[in-house]
Amino acid sequence: MSTESGLQRAGLDAPLELGLPKDNRILGIWIFLAGECAFFASLIGGYLGLHMNVAHGPTGAQLFDLPLTTIATLILLSSSLTVVLGVAAMQRRDVRGMQIWLWLTALLGLFFLEFQGYEFYTFYNHGLTIQTSAFGSAFFTLTGFHGLHVAFGVFWILLLLFQSMRLGINEERTTKVFIMSLYWHFVDVVWVVIFTLVYLAGKVGS
Amino acid sequence: MAAITERVALAHESAPAYHGIWAWLASVDHKKIGIMYIYAALFFMAFGGFEALAIRVQLWSPDNHVLTAQAFNEFFTMHGVTMIFLVAMPILIGYVNAIVPLQIGARDVAFPRMNALSLWLFVLGGLFLYTSFMMGGAPDAGWFNYAPLSGAAYSGPGIDFYDIGLQITGIGTLMTAVNFLVTILNMRAPGMRLLRMPMFTWSALITMLLILFAFPPITVDLIMQMLGRLFHARFFDVALGGNVLLWQNLFWIFGHPEVYIVILPAFGIVSEVIPTFARKPLFGYESMAMALSVIAFLSFMVWTHHMFADGLGPIVNSIFAITSMLIAVPTGIKIFNWLATLWGGQIRFTTASMYALAFIPLFVIGGVSGVMLAMAPADLQLNDSYFVVAHFHYVLFGGTLMGALAGLYYWFPRIWGRILDDRLGKWNFWLVFIGFNVTFFPMHFLGLDGMPRRISTYAAGYGWTFLNQLSTIGAFILLAGMLILLWNFIITFARKPDAVADPWDGRSLEWSLPSPVPEYNFAQLPLIEDRDAFWVAKQEGRPIQAAEPPGPIHMPSPSLSPFFIALTVVGAGYMALLHIDMGALLLMIAAFVQIALQLVHEDRGYHVHPQVPQGGAAD
Repeated sequence: MSTESGLQRAGLDAPLELGLPKDNRILGIWIFLAGECAFFASLIGGYLGLHMNVAHGPTGAQLFDLPLTTIATLILLSSSLTVVLGVAAMQRRDVRGMQIWLWLTALLGLFFLEFQGYEFYTFYNHGLTIQTSAFGSAFFTLTGFHGLHVAFGVFWILLLLFQSMRLGINEERTTKVFIMSLYWHFVDVVWVVIFTLVYLAGKVGS
Repeated sequence: MAAITERVALAHESAPAYHGIWAWLASVDHKKIGIMYIYAALFFMAFGGFEALAIRVQLWSPDNHVLTAQAFNEFFTMHGVTMIFLVAMPILIGYVNAIVPLQIGARDVAFPRMNALSLWLFVLGGLFLYTSFMMGGAPDAGWFNYAPLSGAAYSGPGIDFYDIGLQITGIGTLMTAVNFLVTILNMRAPGMRLLRMPMFTWSALITMLLILFAFPPITVDLIMQMLGRLFHARFFDVALGGNVLLWQNLFWIFGHPEVYIVILPAFGIVSEVIPTFARKPLFGYESMAMALSVIAFLSFMVWTHHMFADGLGPIVNSIFAITSMLIAVPTGIKIFNWLATLWGGQIRFTTASMYALAFIPLFVIGGVSGVMLAMAPADLQLNDSYFVVAHFHYVLFGGTLMGALAGLYYWFPRIWGRILDDRLGKWNFWLVFIGFNVTFFPMHFLGLDGMPRRISTYAAGYGWTFLNQLSTIGAFILLAGMLILLWNFIITFARKPDAVADPWDGRSLEWSLPSPVPEYNFAQLPLIEDRDAFWVAKQEGRPIQAAEPPGPIHMPSPSLSPFFIALTVVGAGYMALLHIDMGALLLMIAAFVQIALQLVHEDRGYHVHPQVPQGGAAD
């Protein structure tokens, strides 16, 4: 998208003030997310290499609760929908609509974290910790880092909400909301991969 | 509920004032940040060099005991970590900071504040690593820090410094990559297409892509090891299902692109210096850019050649041997293009051009021994011997450092407004060149003779004594050469900044600016119509056309927040080391809250009103 306009900005239409045109930020988040792909690819690769190595601890197939995880997945995926509706409202210049959808997104994110906390607690009670086995270490590290990303996203959304409530919305802030939405989608997409490779394959594979 | 408002942030009319040291700590100017990167890299180079000398003194004679075995382990580990992470990368990133925005006709980088954060994470992370010497011992498991040797059972707290310190500097480097990818892709002056960019900018672009994809794997690796050492995670604990090869794989998925991260910018520097001093355009420009891209692509496909001795089997070894040898093809293209650029040129022998000329044969030697090591059967013999040490010093010292020194002499007048003394420079060059070869060439033979690397001493009967002594003598010649560089710095800084704007009759845009470069770089953005646009304009006897009418320029405000964010992160590192988990957690949260606040921060910036010279040109 904006990458194209940036690459092809060769004419005389360059802005008088270089400043920080918004497409810098949008290109920046895309590039940052490319790096995040490598980060999660390494974590997922490490998990796939180690997930059969349960030592004396429980296996994934014994622990994973697919119905519960499916509900959590649906909650997180719905939050991708709500963030899209928030950005759409913003583009219609409907600030109130944007705020409502963003509140809902943050709330869904919190529900997901709630689920993750409950899941970690259950697994802990069934004898799986980061110290139990290589599987335990890889599982908690991978899903934990995903959870931290969700938590950071929720905090980010809340900051943007408070800013828009106090100061309203302008061109610069709309860009920031849009960037946050890209990050949020990325975190959701990573969860789709984790759900498939960790939970579904873990339940079926062993 | 607020409605949509117009953009309210009006710029200040003058910069918020910071003075003295605060002006540097708060700076978001890419030129100042570049200078600080270079200073910090040279500072750490003194430490890394001292460690190297201590190693060479210890190996002077058989059964020597200047250093204990433990101290020897710490010194060679910190020598490697320092030279790679705290010298080679930062000095090159320093040049990228100081020069690339000028070469592409930009007024700053895309994210000036994030740029300052990268710098401070590197500087404070590097100092953090060095405090290990005072806090229970430095890292001692080698620069690639293999598990399980680096596990809690076999190594002291130095490894925690390695794990946490490299995460801190690594995050900074990753942000540099995002920053410069956006800067180069998005902020080029009107008309500067990708294939009109100077070759150093090309090398920076490709290097940043490598960083973007190479640093996350090592970050994950370091996280796994840190969790293992601090919280008993089992990634590398074989008894509970861990796998030590996981460390090696993730490390080298980073580690091989890393060697291109530190050599590609040196390629870029040589590709600038040689055309300037041969007074000819770079031969095969497109193939140079293409070769950089192909090298970057292949560099992610060769990591297992560091693991030939692991016993991964003949098929894996063969595949990675072939991909490794393939890299010689694009690299060879570059070598021949440099030679063809020199061919028929009017070569001027300044210190910068001599370093660039020395780069070529020395890098070829390192490249050839690299292809030898890429042959899996030969590698089984040569692996972990001094032959490997000779190989990577020819690449990293003969390549990266010769390139970096060429860049130092070449860009010194641009960065500091002064020219380094050329007579002292030649003394510096010849001593470094001779000292380097005397130090490292004998190591090829020591390796073929079977001397293993990383042994703290050796017995008299092996016949290794003479070559080791030769190598140690070379190291002191190198020291003399580097002291002359230091002296050259001192006498040059004692002079007034008196360099002319274009001392070398340069080709690329950075030389079109006055000396010293104003804080906004370009009073008017230039309009680029050619490759080597500045050279073409000089030939036609005209200034570079301006792409915009003169007017006020918007500048980002200086800020101390990047420095404080970095300080918070390092504080969290110390807490984690000392097992004050709650403190580490709170400081990490504090760091992320500060970062999130930066995400919603609105910088009003300020305006400067440059004086545009008669004729309206960008110089």
